[in-house]
Amino acid sequence: MTDNASSPQDLDTLPKLLDHNARVRGAKMAIREKDFGIWQSWTWSQMADHVRALACGLKDMGLNEGDKVVVCGDNRPNLYSAMTAIQAAGGIPVPVYQDSVAEEMQYIYEHAEARFAIVENQEQVDKVLEIKDNTPKLEQVIFGDPRGLRNYAQTFIQSYASVQERGRAFDQSNQSFYGDSVASKSGADTSIMLYTSGTTGRPKGVMLSYDNMIITGRNCSELEGLGDDDSILAYLPMAWIGDNIFSHAQSYVTGYCVNCPENSDTVLEDLREIGPSYFFAPPRIFENILTTVMIRMEDAAKIKQRMFHYFMDVAKRVGLDILDGKPVSFGDRLLYKIGDILVYAPLKNVLGLSNVSVAYTGGVAIGPDIFIFYRSLGLNLKQIYASTEAAVFITIQRNGEVNPETSGKPALGVELNIADDGEVLFRSPGVFQAYFKDDEATKETKTDDGWVHTGDAGFIDSDGDLRIIDRSKDVGKLNDQSMFAPNFIENKMKFFPHIREAVTFGDGKDYVAAFINIDIESVGNWAERQHLAYSGYTDLAGQDTVYDLIQDCIEQVNADLAADDNLKGSQIRRFLILHKELDADDGELTRTRKVRRNVVVERYDDLIEALYSDKSHCEIDAVVTFEDGRKDTIRADLQIRDAKTADTARAAAE
Amino acid sequence: MSAEPTVGRKIGDVILDVANVSLSFGGVRALNGVSFDVNEGEVRAIIGPNGAGKSSMLNCINGFYKPTEGMITFKGESHHQMETYESASQGIARTFQNIALFKGMTTLDNIMTGRNLQMKKNFLWQALYFGPALKEELENREVVEKVIDFLEIESIRKTVVGRLPYGLQKRVELARALAAEPDMLLLDEPMAGMNHEEKEDMCRYILDVNDEFGTTIVLIEHDMSVVMDISDRVVVLDYGEKIADGTPDEVRANQRVVDAYLGVQHD
Repeated sequence: MTDNASSPQDLDTLPKLLDHNARVRGAKMAIREKDFGIWQSWTWSQMADHVRALACGLKDMGLNEGDKVVVCGDNRPNLYSAMTAIQAAGGIPVPVYQDSVAEEMQYIYEHAEARFAIVENQEQVDKVLEIKDNTPKLEQVIFGDPRGLRNYAQTFIQSYASVQERGRAFDQSNQSFYGDSVASKSGADTSIMLYTSGTTGRPKGVMLSYDNMIITGRNCSELEGLGDDDSILAYLPMAWIGDNIFSHAQSYVTGYCVNCPENSDTVLEDLREIGPSYFFAPPRIFENILTTVMIRMEDAAKIKQRMFHYFMDVAKRVGLDILDGKPVSFGDRLLYKIGDILVYAPLKNVLGLSNVSVAYTGGVAIGPDIFIFYRSLGLNLKQIYASTEAAVFITIQRNGEVNPETSGKPALGVELNIADDGEVLFRSPGVFQAYFKDDEATKETKTDDGWVHTGDAGFIDSDGDLRIIDRSKDVGKLNDQSMFAPNFIENKMKFFPHIREAVTFGDGKDYVAAFINIDIESVGNWAERQHLAYSGYTDLAGQDTVYDLIQDCIEQVNADLAADDNLKGSQIRRFLILHKELDADDGELTRTRKVRRNVVVERYDDLIEALYSDKSHCEIDAVVTFEDGRKDTIRADLQIRDAKTADTARAAAE
Repeated sequence: MSAEPTVGRKIGDVILDVANVSLSFGGVRALNGVSFDVNEGEVRAIIGPNGAGKSSMLNCINGFYKPTEGMITFKGESHHQMETYESASQGIARTFQNIALFKGMTTLDNIMTGRNLQMKKNFLWQALYFGPALKEELENREVVEKVIDFLEIESIRKTVVGRLPYGLQKRVELARALAAEPDMLLLDEPMAGMNHEEKEDMCRYILDVNDEFGTTIVLIEHDMSVVMDISDRVVVLDYGEKIADGTPDEVRANQRVVDAYLGVQHD
């Protein structure tokens, strides 16, 4: 370990960076959590003590070099320090999605061969107990919040505080342990193991080194000019690579403060209180915020509505150019300034986005309208193209060169290559070490000289920006040999606020057909305005007027597709609205809310068959899983509709 | 589930003793010589068909109704009749069958009213919101925040209660009762009108309150299965009389209880 406050470049592990931060900015806030209605803070030096005590405690409990430790719970300072403590004690943290059901957890515990688990609360302890008999390797369970656990007599369950207490005693008698253990690790060692959500097959354990995490984190901080006065809201799952970079590694590298919301329902309120300067949200969240704004505007007074729409038009016209630093006439600048005082600034303030200097979105495509809405307000929202295997960043849109249609230019240190079949390959300092216990998959994904297959088809446009077309393994052909790119079409549909999820079929078929999930909030609000009574999702989804509404959206998509020579064959001929929302608990979505195509195809094969027949409705029994694991069946009779395609529309006109 | 706690909770001595209590409204005998006791730290249920006198019994315990006969002993002090404020200051808090919250106030303010007895400063100080009154308010707010955290209602802290769904209103009412830091909590049908999931949540909270604070709980409930799962002992009333008293298993096996619930002809 270095003795002086050396430049962070030599600090090649997270525990070393923590010590560094405790030395150079010990009194600065490292992490905050809203608890009992008040933001409670930990400084870097408090964090370092907290981590040291837990690391020593883990050692005292028998944690060995290289042992895997599962970490599971909401974003809590305790759990973030646990990750570093595990690393400092020589172990490897394995964060797990906190909403996973017991069986999903069991697979990860078994596969990772976890000996220890550090979990948030009773709910998570109960889940561990449920699978304990089937995971013989698991020895100790440590919990953070003691509530409701007082009477659990199992000897392998300990409280976080008691482990720390034990650690402090251990530290007294083994004063050199912590320093030696931290110093023994270096950048090339495995820092963390993350399980990919797995749209196909079982999740894979992605092993990432300290270098992967720290170098990519540092590169991004440099590119965006982040410093230790920045702050971020940590609200996305800790098991997701993004949170590990944004709320953990990057905070350690740059020394900025991480803020944990009170709980998952208060995120938007906490966002407003914190006003972070660095922000990531998946497109879904930006869509939700926009929907709420629009719904509230509809309830506002007429004069306010008029003012809002007038200035939003101004913003749409000149806002992007002003943000990108392009020339704009003085009159328009003045108008935009007035709009900023009256509309944009107050709106951003209400949303908690006033202080944002960089906001990212990624994961799936964001609707151009939504993207432009935020940028025109003056919010520096940019798209990234990311993957777990890259420790997040592959491409980032650059300030001043933001094109809504692309994913931007390669991040610092990233090389891009497009294979002959159109697949995007990359090589970067963030490239993962290997999949845990799966050499075959590692070889399939990563070449010997470090290039990683993304599985996405894309191309680099004339500006040098990457454009992603689709998951290349999903791209297929219709029977007339024209290209069928399902994600592309589905994204187009999902840009409509009424459509929450869409699944299209077409590979090896005569035409494209689609399953739709309506957005209950957006369609529900619409229904209220139409004085349409409904009892719940299933009822609303089956109504004729809702079908009309969705058909409208689909026909707009068709008109769009018809304009493209490559895609005009992919217009949607028939569709149905599913009687239930696709759900991760039913295995239909991954924990990061991506559709598991093969599961959907298998489960609803009757419906798919009906889409490719001339039936106008189809009956279905579906099994749903409740949150507590109970199962029940829903029976429904689904309507199937024909949508107009450009050809049929023309034929009808003639 | 294999997650059952394996160490028993600490059940103490008798905290509440109800001896031979009768209550009449004119010619109607709502309660007829009912006796039972409640031990410190236990979950005690009072069940019975509609009109059995369950709510009347609860109302007698917290002094809302004055029993015509009989004695109620709480923490060693015997009363024939008690005023509601006396019972509150002795550490009895309750919730109501039909939610009795201030609909136009926020969740936070509603729960703060539960601290009313602990606020000693007169209304002038409180109106000025200054000096000792401010300090007092902050101390009480801390207790309230702990309750909010405990019942996981942070996200509705600033929401007006009237806009909340029924299940959450019930939870806010429980929060207000808890804010008084009671020794004994009387719950009048805490799960009435809830769906399965809300019921499960409510059970979990009731057990957690009992476990975490050692609060003695007396609850009235319609739903037999819920009662049998969470209570230590059960009293069964029918037509104002006690027809059974014992552990859930004993009560379930009692022929009179089965008759009362299945509606066998009375003599």
